Amino acid sequence: MIELDGVQRSYPVGAEPLVALKDVSARIAKGEYLAVMGPSGSGKSTLLNILGCLDRPTAGSYRLDGREVGTLSADALSEVRRHHIGFVFQSFHLIGRLSAHENVALPMLLAGIPEDDRRARISTALDAVGLVHRAHHRPNELSGGECQRVAIARATVMRPHILLADEPTGNLDTANGEQIMRLLERMNADGLTLVVVTHDPNIGRRSDRVLVLRDGEIVQRVPGRELRPDALFESRA
Amino acid sequence: MDAAGYLELGVGAVRSHRLRSMLSVLGIAIGIAAVILLTSIGEGTRRYMLAQFTQFGTNILGINPGKIDTLGIPGVFGGTTHKLTLDDAESIRRIPGIEAVAPVALGQARVAGNGRGRSVFVYGATPDLLEVLKFQIGQGSFLPPGDPRRGSLVAVLGPKLKRELFGEANALGRFVRVADTRLRVIGIMAPKGTLLGMDFDDVAYVPVTTAMRMFNLDEVQEIDVSFAHEGLSENVAENVRDLLVDRHGGREDFTITTQTEMLRVFHRVMDAVTATVAAIAAISLLVGAIGVFTMMWITVGERVGEIGLLRAVGATAREIHGLFLFEAVVLTVMGGALGVLAGLGIALVIRLAAPGLPLYTPIEYVVAALTLSAVTGMVAGVLPARRAAQLHPVEALRGE
Ligand SMILES: Nc1ncnc2c1ncn2[C@@H]1O[C@H](COP(=O)(O)OP(=O)(O)O)[C@@H](O)[C@H]1O
Ligand SMILES: [Mg+2]
Repeated sequence: MIELDGVQRSYPVGAEPLVALKDVSARIAKGEYLAVMGPSGSGKSTLLNILGCLDRPTAGSYRLDGREVGTLSADALSEVRRHHIGFVFQSFHLIGRLSAHENVALPMLLAGIPEDDRRARISTALDAVGLVHRAHHRPNELSGGECQRVAIARATVMRPHILLADEPTGNLDTANGEQIMRLLERMNADGLTLVVVTHDPNIGRRSDRVLVLRDGEIVQRVPGRELRPDALFESRA
Repeated sequence: MDAAGYLELGVGAVRSHRLRSMLSVLGIAIGIAAVILLTSIGEGTRRYMLAQFTQFGTNILGINPGKIDTLGIPGVFGGTTHKLTLDDAESIRRIPGIEAVAPVALGQARVAGNGRGRSVFVYGATPDLLEVLKFQIGQGSFLPPGDPRRGSLVAVLGPKLKRELFGEANALGRFVRVADTRLRVIGIMAPKGTLLGMDFDDVAYVPVTTAMRMFNLDEVQEIDVSFAHEGLSENVAENVRDLLVDRHGGREDFTITTQTEMLRVFHRVMDAVTATVAAIAAISLLVGAIGVFTMMWITVGERVGEIGLLRAVGATAREIHGLFLFEAVVLTVMGGALGVLAGLGIALVIRLAAPGLPLYTPIEYVVAALTLSAVTGMVAGVLPARRAAQLHPVEALRGE
């Protein structure tokens, strides 16, 4: 359960601080599939980074499963990320010198999970994204879709309960994007809380709920299936 | 993250840029190789010289005419000087603790016998020389005891000189001619070999008075003194000085060199050599450290995205710091190991090419070299690692 109350994030730029998020309050239930939409620069990534404990709100409260995490130390936030949160990025963020297998191993290496355990869990994670046969390929030997599937395996190998994806299909063609979304949705169906930042209304419509951001504020909250094609356009009014 | 994690990530990163990693540690490798080589030569020389010095034992001292300090610079000196005489030697013998006193008058001359001749050093000595230098007689006897002023016409030959003149034939009782003096051969020395560059097998010994007469000397060039044990060194030197100053009319117109002091000077010289090597090591490690620093700084810049990702999957700032520091240490230790191998390799080649050259590599130096390169890595890696650790995760993720 994620609870945001009056969350604000501002950057000290020049005399007037730049407010990227202002007074955002929201509840995200366990196992929910949430889409975050809005024009570029509206604060979607900022919100996602705060949800993922990569960044801290400058004001307001963020409770994760009842625990206030907005004010935790940097080390404590690392710990939260390590065990509770998985990230998927638009640009994959795979490490080029490492094979798919080794990329998936990274979070477990950091968490100090024993080698034997690691091996089994990597196989499971790669199997879940259908890439066991590519385990020893490097990212430059994989297609964009395959890279993102490796990234999903990496994001889920620690069995987090929240999966955060920032425009996960942004660098992919429609077919590959569709495959990635189906993967993410399947994991959501298995109980993972899924938050996806997207520009694609089709993805929004598939989600349980859509938050529309504009200028750092939530301007619309609708169930995904009620999202009309012109909703984003309308919210500007 | 545990040690295995650091090892896997750190070594992996270094290996992914083989050539660049190699180049960046070349400075350290060359520096360490130079240090290993120089210390090998230095230590080899120290050990060789020490062995040569202590052949004669540490319980001896030498007296030479003229005042010369240990650095070999003659002192300012005026007025009449007294000769160093056999009487001086005789009087020294009475000092307590002294076991043998050997006055030496040295000359170079052609020694002829059996129709052959050979130019060698001729030692004018007394029987005590054998005791002082711990030489062994091989055949016959050494110089006869008795009043050193007698100057009997006998000679003892080094084994090489004997072989050169008489071949395998018996030389005892035969005659040799040295500077127009006919001497009867009464003994042959046991082989001794070369000490401090002097071939003691290719010399002749004659009574000191005989030598002084042959070479027209009115004083001895050296009086060697041995005493019971090294501990007496200073005491004996003090007594000898007092006695000779007294005999020489209140002047210290002679120089006493104790073996202890010789060794002290020798060690001082060798320490200066060691200090020079250390300075070379320091400079080359500094240069090497700059190379590794540069490389690590660039690496951090190139891997901002990777740093962001590592933070996203749970790495703490401290772990990022440790990771890059460890990478720098992996680099420098690799360079150090490379340098040690190269140094030992070159030392081996030298040993094969010039077997006479004394070379010795103490294992402690190898360990020290590797430790030093690890420390260099830590120093060189500090700033790049701090830069990596201070990156904000969000900025780092965006920075790719
Ligand atoms: N480090 C930063 N310093 C200053 N402004 C920032 C920083 N990061 C983001 N912003 C600003 O915050 C706003 C929201 O950014 P972001 O969350 O990335 O938008 P989105 O993901 O919706 O495109 C933008 O105006 C952006 O310029
Ligand atoms: Mg964004």
